[in-house]
Amino acid sequence: MEDHDNLKATELTLGLPGTDAIEKPTPAAPNVNKRSKEEECCGFTGSSGRPAAKAQVVGWPPVRSYRMNSFRERKTEKKEEDSTGIYVKVSMDGAPYLRKVDLGVYNSYEDLTEALDAMFKGFSLGKRITQRQAHDLHRVAEGGDESEHAITYEDKDGDWMLVGDVPWEMFVSSCKRLRIMKGCEARGLTSSP
Amino acid sequence: MTYFPEEVVEHIFDFLGSHRDRNAVSTVCKAWYHVERLSRLNVFVGNCYAIRPERVMARFPGMKSLSVKGKPHFADYNLVPYDWGGFALPWIKAAVRRSPGLEDLRLKRMVVTDDDLDLLARSFPNFRSLVLVSCEGFSTDGLAAIATYCRGLRELDLQENEVEDHGRQWLSCFHESCTSLVSLNFACLKGEVNAGVLERLVARCPNLRSLKLNRAVSVESLNEIVARAPYLVDLGTGSFAVLDCIGDKGLAVVASTCKELQELRVFPSDIYGAGATSVTEEGLVAISSGCPKLNSLLYFCYQMTNAALITVAKNCPHFTRFRLCILDPWKPDPVTNQPLDEGFGAIVRSCKNLRRLSLSGLLTDQVFLYIGLYAKCLEMLSIAFAGDSDKGMVYILKGCKNLRKLEIRDCPFGDIALLNDVAKYETMRSLWMSSCDVTLGGCKALAAKMPRLNVEIINESEGTDKLEENISDLHKVEKMYVYRTVAGPRNDAPDFVWTL
Repeated sequence: MEDHDNLKATELTLGLPGTDAIEKPTPAAPNVNKRSKEEECCGFTGSSGRPAAKAQVVGWPPVRSYRMNSFRERKTEKKEEDSTGIYVKVSMDGAPYLRKVDLGVYNSYEDLTEALDAMFKGFSLGKRITQRQAHDLHRVAEGGDESEHAITYEDKDGDWMLVGDVPWEMFVSSCKRLRIMKGCEARGLTSSP
Repeated sequence: MTYFPEEVVEHIFDFLGSHRDRNAVSTVCKAWYHVERLSRLNVFVGNCYAIRPERVMARFPGMKSLSVKGKPHFADYNLVPYDWGGFALPWIKAAVRRSPGLEDLRLKRMVVTDDDLDLLARSFPNFRSLVLVSCEGFSTDGLAAIATYCRGLRELDLQENEVEDHGRQWLSCFHESCTSLVSLNFACLKGEVNAGVLERLVARCPNLRSLKLNRAVSVESLNEIVARAPYLVDLGTGSFAVLDCIGDKGLAVVASTCKELQELRVFPSDIYGAGATSVTEEGLVAISSGCPKLNSLLYFCYQMTNAALITVAKNCPHFTRFRLCILDPWKPDPVTNQPLDEGFGAIVRSCKNLRRLSLSGLLTDQVFLYIGLYAKCLEMLSIAFAGDSDKGMVYILKGCKNLRKLEIRDCPFGDIALLNDVAKYETMRSLWMSSCDVTLGGCKALAAKMPRLNVEIINESEGTDKLEENISDLHKVEKMYVYRTVAGPRNDAPDFVWTL
């Protein structure tokens, strides 16, 4: 029984869009309801007062933890179902048409560039990019090798960024579209801020 | 009647189905007591600590079916520490010795170990049915023992238990010659079962009528199973629970289509804040007007109004179980800003057969006055964050003649209420009070006056052992559990439980 409470304390919770910020459950403190001392504890002012703020109370609401856990599982499952399909447009300079890729399908920059490579096979993509190799890309851009391409993306702020600088997950959540640039144009991206 | 031969009296008693009726006739006279006890087959023990197992089995030597309940209900919500008690072993051991013909065993909220299940499986050659509800302490190894040794098993029903998955293919332990299964429910298990084994088991049990699987069973497997069990009456993946994200609109749909609905449970999907699609009083009103046969309700919501409850009471006078949980404690009627006394008052006034009631929201002593006045059939009452003074609790104890279980948390009820009518508690199964205003002195006084009650204090603070000497009688007791018993203080209480 106590394990459930400890588990709750470390569990991440997801909120529905538009709800207030989620309060993390406090670990099961046996004295959470002792009103003689801590009136400020958990925002409850005991039987005579009324709580100012919502807080976690042991055993409330009266739902079995077994059931709450299975609800949470179902909710996260549903969220996962809803959020597959992060489709973004991919343009390549000189190509007659754009493509679309589902970023949710890939796990790393390598996977993505491999897929883009296959997609734009006829257009010689050049070196594959991993996060580490972003450094190489900088060199390529600076070195001005015109046959190389650079993969860039437009982020949430509308800025064009070089792919590979940030962790994969962060990239996926901020990428709105992709553009495969010619090497000579990519030089501009690596100029110091 | 006493001039009839015993066989005739016994035959008449055969028509008495319920334990209560049988208990009643057994108190008429010695002859009837004697006939009744020798002919009772189904024994129900509502509190495992109310009586010793040996005494039960000595009284009912013909016992074929035993049902025992252990922990207090609030254990479901983590209010009772893990090793509080409620052990199945003494009951199983006593049955091994005295009732080897045992066929059915049902345990609720008890601690059952793999060794217990192993002993059970090997000791009763006629064993037919095992039902475990909200139990813990066992693993799939225990289930393997049951499957292996209970030849002729008809029912294995596991409801909401905490079962450790030791990876053992327990289902494979049902022997190839086992063809007797009528009901199998393993919905609460988290682990996988071998699809082929399950399919073959189903195929060779022609009497299988009820099958409840866990979510690990694939859809393909489900197809196979259904194909091989054409006489199944009840197939499911555990209980169907409605989440409140269906919203009031969803409930309105239910109300307009499910005219035969008798029981409804709506659970909260997000306890941290009302989502856009959670349910309110509107959903409940819709259900009540669309489903006139509704008699059992468990409803979690973010708000409720008196007007809605009054309407519900008018629409559904047949409620036997009405449990409403407004997720914010002390929340008033949002329209009038009033307490919900009138709303719940209407429910108890209208629903003359109400046996179980759970309250929530802002409530004063007035609601308890109504309950004491009108809820004459009430057997179980759950109260949380309600009331103003001792008067509230006194109204309940005075008025509810049929009250069996009273559980209270976070209410301003203290010693005056507790000690107002101590004899009352011997007419009830149990009383739970936590985070209320009862003091150690009050509990001691109760224990002193009523030797046939066990007054247990659960004390979870540090340094529990020494504390009893230093704690003043004025100290408020965190958790108190009082129950009637003929067995005296229990001998398996852990350190943090003091029996006064």
